[in-house]
Amino acid sequence: MIFPRSWFGFFDWIEHTRHGTIIRDSIWQFAAIEAVHLLALAIIGGAVLIVDLRLLGWTLRRQPVKQIARDAEPFLVGSLCMMLLTGYLLMASLAASKYYVNLAFQLKMVFLLFAIVFTFTVRRWLIYKEDAEINPGVAKAVAIVSVLLWSGVGIMGRGIGFY
Amino acid sequence: MSLLSFFRWLQETPASVGIRESTWTYPVIESVHVLGLCLFLGFALLWDLRLLNVTLRRVPVSDVQARVMPWTNIGFIIMAISGALLFYEEPVRFYGNIFFRLKLVALVLAGLNAAIFHFFTAGKRLIEWDSSPISPPSAKAAGFISLFLWACIVVFGRFIAYNWFDPIVQ
Repeated sequence: MIFPRSWFGFFDWIEHTRHGTIIRDSIWQFAAIEAVHLLALAIIGGAVLIVDLRLLGWTLRRQPVKQIARDAEPFLVGSLCMMLLTGYLLMASLAASKYYVNLAFQLKMVFLLFAIVFTFTVRRWLIYKEDAEINPGVAKAVAIVSVLLWSGVGIMGRGIGFY
Repeated sequence: MSLLSFFRWLQETPASVGIRESTWTYPVIESVHVLGLCLFLGFALLWDLRLLNVTLRRVPVSDVQARVMPWTNIGFIIMAISGALLFYEEPVRFYGNIFFRLKLVALVLAGLNAAIFHFFTAGKRLIEWDSSPISPPSAKAAGFISLFLWACIVVFGRFIAYNWFDPIVQ
């Protein structure tokens, strides 16, 4: 278990909020929010991958990295907000009784924390440089770390249902 | 032999039974199917949004097609294979699931939309669009229809897991 015991009370409080209770008691709300979560996944996947594949030199090599990054940014930020909102609502419905005790969920949160921090610090610093200033080796390393961290989030997310 | 009895037979084939009885196979295939969504649909969305002039506006359409579409195609192959395996694990349940049927209908429509765009709307004219700032209405329509259908496909796909209306056949 990764989450400290002292957090249980917080998760228990979330589960008993009005929105947590409403979603838990509804037949269709959890499924509907899940569907929106998946739609946002496709968008965030595209926004992350197009830049990472460009950093690897596997797509759109005639366009500067910076240009692709700028095009992808609103989709990255928008879909991430959507993921966090829908993800929170899904979690709230069974925060203490299912998610707090689920190892896959805990790992997902760890991957998510690292993925967000990495994306908006190291990766962001790199992709807004001019192409000439980007070291190809560093670019490849950043792209691979980015793909691995976000894949970790996705795989652990899928894992919640099987844990 | 009816379709249902064929699926009943398919469900009893050793490989189908094997996937059902294994602890790890199904979760792994499902994870591939979900992560494959990022590559396939993420890139298909970029293409549709390019047709709608929403993103990658400074990249010529023909460049987007040449450099982005191959990845979408790889993504599609991953989705088709993993999806077929998920179906193969439990064909009878899928057959009786309303959302699976709706998903198939939407998939056929999305395929038709893509084929019409590819063979009639775009054809060899893609290069001509590079020099014009906006794509023609027919291309925008194709992009919009595609976005709508793929959103439906994702939603129906997710809903297959819920047995609200199961089974339509016994």
